[in-house]
This record gives sequence, structure tokens and C-alpha cells, in this order.
Amino acid sequence: MTEEITQWSIIETRRRLAKKEINAIELVETYLKRINSLNPSLNAFITVCEELALKEARYYVDHPDKLVEKPLGGVPIAIKDCLCTEGIRTTCGSKILESFVPPYNATVVEKLLQAGAIIIGKTNMDEFAMGSSTEHSYFGPARNPWDTSRVPGGSSGGSAVAVAACLCPGAIGTDTGGSIRQPAAFCGIVGMKPTYGRVSRYGLIAFASSLDQAGPMARNVQDTALLLQVISGYDPKDTTSILKEVPPYCEEMKKPVRNLRLGIPKEYFAKGIDSSIEEAIRQALRVYENLGARIVDISLPHTEYGVAAYYIIAPAEASSNLARYDGVKYGFRAEIPSPDLIHMYLETRSRGFGSEVKRRIMLGTYALSSGYYDAYYHKASQVRNLIRKDFEEAFLTCDAIIAPVTPVAPFLIGEKLDDPLSMYLSDVYTLPASLAGIPGVSVPCGFSPEGLPIGMQILGNYFQEDLLLRLAYIFEQETGLSPKYPSI
Amino acid sequence: MKEGKISLEEVKHIAKLARLRLSENEEELMTHQLNNILLYMEKLNELDTSNIEPMHHAVEQVNVMRDDKLKPSLSSEKALSNAPQQNGVFFVVPKVL
Repeated sequence: MTEEITQWSIIETRRRLAKKEINAIELVETYLKRINSLNPSLNAFITVCEELALKEARYYVDHPDKLVEKPLGGVPIAIKDCLCTEGIRTTCGSKILESFVPPYNATVVEKLLQAGAIIIGKTNMDEFAMGSSTEHSYFGPARNPWDTSRVPGGSSGGSAVAVAACLCPGAIGTDTGGSIRQPAAFCGIVGMKPTYGRVSRYGLIAFASSLDQAGPMARNVQDTALLLQVISGYDPKDTTSILKEVPPYCEEMKKPVRNLRLGIPKEYFAKGIDSSIEEAIRQALRVYENLGARIVDISLPHTEYGVAAYYIIAPAEASSNLARYDGVKYGFRAEIPSPDLIHMYLETRSRGFGSEVKRRIMLGTYALSSGYYDAYYHKASQVRNLIRKDFEEAFLTCDAIIAPVTPVAPFLIGEKLDDPLSMYLSDVYTLPASLAGIPGVSVPCGFSPEGLPIGMQILGNYFQEDLLLRLAYIFEQETGLSPKYPSI
Repeated sequence: MKEGKISLEEVKHIAKLARLRLSENEEELMTHQLNNILLYMEKLNELDTSNIEPMHHAVEQVNVMRDDKLKPSLSSEKALSNAPQQNGVFFVVPKVL
């Protein structure tokens, strides 16, 4: 029975709660039990909110009318540990924030709470979201539930693992260069990066401010649409959020896809792509063709420059954002004998940050430093514009783009740790959309011969999340590919 | 020692700017790794970008303003609550001079 309950989708959980087949306390206890038994091996959560979740559940047991009225009433949701939660430790996967307890909620969190969600825990992540494997967490790597010797992807690896392993029915991740889409693909779930500005960044601990965006992760498209509906919208506290109406995603999702033009970018099927991934995407295209969509060959000629541009721009922004960790206002401060201010800064930052974060701070500081700014940061920002123009051109001839999420299957833990550049290169298919700021969704589309999940990426024009959900939903309906459950 | 794009001396200088103290081993590894990464970045020079505007934001917005009105904000008690050292009114730091 326990297994069955934790396999319910968000929609299913809501239905059962409303029909009083289970109450919120029983539900939360069932999840906590599963988390307690599986988290020691999967390491999906940095913090489990046992007490608070039960307290919230008690509220919904005592106020059944509230439970019914709120779209997520009584549903346990996991939150990536870079989103501030009032009164709940928020570490960002870093030693430097190991004991940081935010005095306020991120807007995303506030919206989820208003919608009735119960925060079940804070999920593991690469330190400051810098990584593609969740191996760069101060709290140890998270593990892929389909094969625990492999990475779950990153940086939202903890959220992906929690959802895939049924430790919660849905979660929130953040995506700066693929950090929602890639772990979703590696763990066989759905994950969406919304258009930059669709979701408020207030209370999202900044990594690269012009790229960071929070988004939903779930085991099916409908749940993804529901979570997106809840967290989207303009926020006066984030001046980069956009004042634009949020469409009713759960309804939009069900519209047909006949006559839609789907672009296939040849650059995303270049050498280096795993043959089982390419085959899975090609099969998915046949599904869409059978549904009456038209397949159009397109070109995104600057795709191959995405990695270089991103790994200048994102570290540049990070080096500036992370200057705030100085051991003064919050977080870790190194104890040093006969302290003076500069030594305190140096020791705090050197002991508080992990190796990948230091590498990116160094890279970013270099790219912004006098004499190198034009050659690196300015140049990369110009190339970013070329990448945006690629998409702009492409969307003149197609409505959405279908592509792989990653060139390779989930790699082994430790495999890419000694070679940062090879880790960066694995982000080749997710970075361009991030640089352009357009939305993208990762949808399960099959398994490799080794039984590892494969994801398909659907990219759309600015604020076309509804169209992406439509394409994802009909694919899921046609193929019945999600949800599948790892045997753990 | 200039192995390629960035020398050990430059790494030391950048670390100083970034307020990071690196051990000797870290400095050497960092020099090696940054060189690999920066060599890869050379790729960008294949592109002629002379007439291309740099892009800094995904969705362009100009001068987002709000009304100049007083609103409630965090109390100093809450704002100080995460400080490693504070005296109830101020953040306390080691001697500056």
C-alpha cells in the first residue's frame, strides 16, 4: 500500500485527499517513512522537514474546507535548497550556508504555501547550482534511482531523485544552464524551465542572475502544468519578472497539435550523441507525425558556441553574486587567531566554498578583469545575442523545436569529476535555450539498452509554455511512457 | 611559468581579487584547469561579432520603477539573526585597520 500511495500523481493525491480516502497526516507519514528508508542511500534531501510537514498536515486535517479549496491542498512538495524557506535551513548545497535559516520565503515558496502545498524537505544540489551531476554538493552526491552508481544529473539532482524515487509527488528545481531539464532526463521525469521572467526569482539564491529560473519537476505533464500554474506570475519584488497574464496551463495543455510545425535542429544530432538517444528522439518524431504535426529541418548555427559563451557569462555573474559571502551578514565565518578583516574574508571564503565554486569564481573574475573583459565577457555576450537570433530565425519556420536533452546517458559517479571541461561540454544541448531565455521542457521518451532513462527536449518561443505542455502532454498520452518507477 | 592562456602568477593575482586563498596545490591545479577551459573559449574568436550588440538580459526591460512609499521590511532582529557576530544593532567584524 505504501508504495502505491507514493506513486500517486499530484492530481491523484488531491483526488484521494478530497474524497477522504486518506488524510494529510497519513499521507505525510507515508512519505516520511519512505524518505527515512531511502534517503540514506539516495541522498535526495539535505533537510527533511518532518515536524513542520506534520504540523501543516494537521492543519489540513483540522480544516478540510481549506484542503479542498486550494489547488495543492495537503500535497507534499520538495524544494531545491537554493530557494529561501522562512525558518527552514537553506544551504544552497554549500558549507558557507550550512546553518543559514532565511527570515523570509522565496516568492515561489510563498505561492506554493498559499496554494496549500506542504514542504516535505529541501533537496540536494550542486553547490550554488554549479554542476551537472549533484556531485559538487557539500552534503555528498545524490544518486540516480535507476542505477545508484550513476549521477542523477544536476544541479537540481536532489529534486529529480526525490520525484523519480517517489519520495514526493512533485518538486521545484532551478535551471541556469539546464539544471532542471538535464536531471529530469537522467531520472526519467518531466521538468520545465520556464521563460526567463515567467517565475519570480525573489528569494532564489543568485548564481547567474540573467539566467536563473525556477520551474516544476513531476512524474507527468499534468502535474508539471499544475505546479507551473501555481508558481508563475509577475512579482513586484523581482524587477526582472514579467507582467504578463498566466494562461490556464492545465486546460491549454489538452488542445490538439495537428498542423503544428516541429523544427529539428541538425546541430543537435551532431557527432558525439549516443545512438540510443538519437534513435529515441527520431521515434518520438514519428509519434508527432502520426498526430498530424509537420516536421521541419532547421538550423541553429551557433549551437556549438553555447558552451564557451555560457561558461564565461555564468561564472562572470557568479563571481559578482558570490562576493556577498564574506562571513559578515550570514553564513559561515572562519575562526582565525588574531583576526583582521581581510584575513577573515580570505579564510571564510577559502574554507566555505568547494572546488567547483572556487573554479567558477576564478574564471568569472578573470573574464571580468581589466584587460580581459572585452576578449571574454563582452565577446561572450555578443555570441549570446547570435544564439538568441538563431532561435528567432528558427521560430519563423517552426512552432516548437524537438531535440535531445543530453548527448549522453547518466554517467558514473566520479567519472567526470577530474575534468571540469568535459562536464561542461555535457551541457551542450541545454545551454542555448538558457542563454536565449526561452522555455524548454524535458519529457521521458524511452530507455537506453542499459535501462537508463532518455529525455526529449521541447523548446518554444518566449512565453510559449502552454504550447510546450501541449506537445509534452499528447506525447505522454500517445506513448504512455511516463510514469515508470525505478526498482529500489 | 606561462603554460598557455593564464600563468601561475595571474592565478595568484585573480585569487587575490576574488578574496580566495589557494594552497600551492590548488594554485597549480587551477592554473592547469583554467588553461584548458580558456583554450576551449578560443572557439569564440572564430566568429566575427564586430557589428553585434552584446546581450545581457533575456527579456529586455528598461528602468523598472516603483512608487517611493514606505513599506514594512525585515526587523533588525531578524536581519541580524544569521550573523556570525552581532551586538543587537550592528554586524560585528574583526578590526579593519
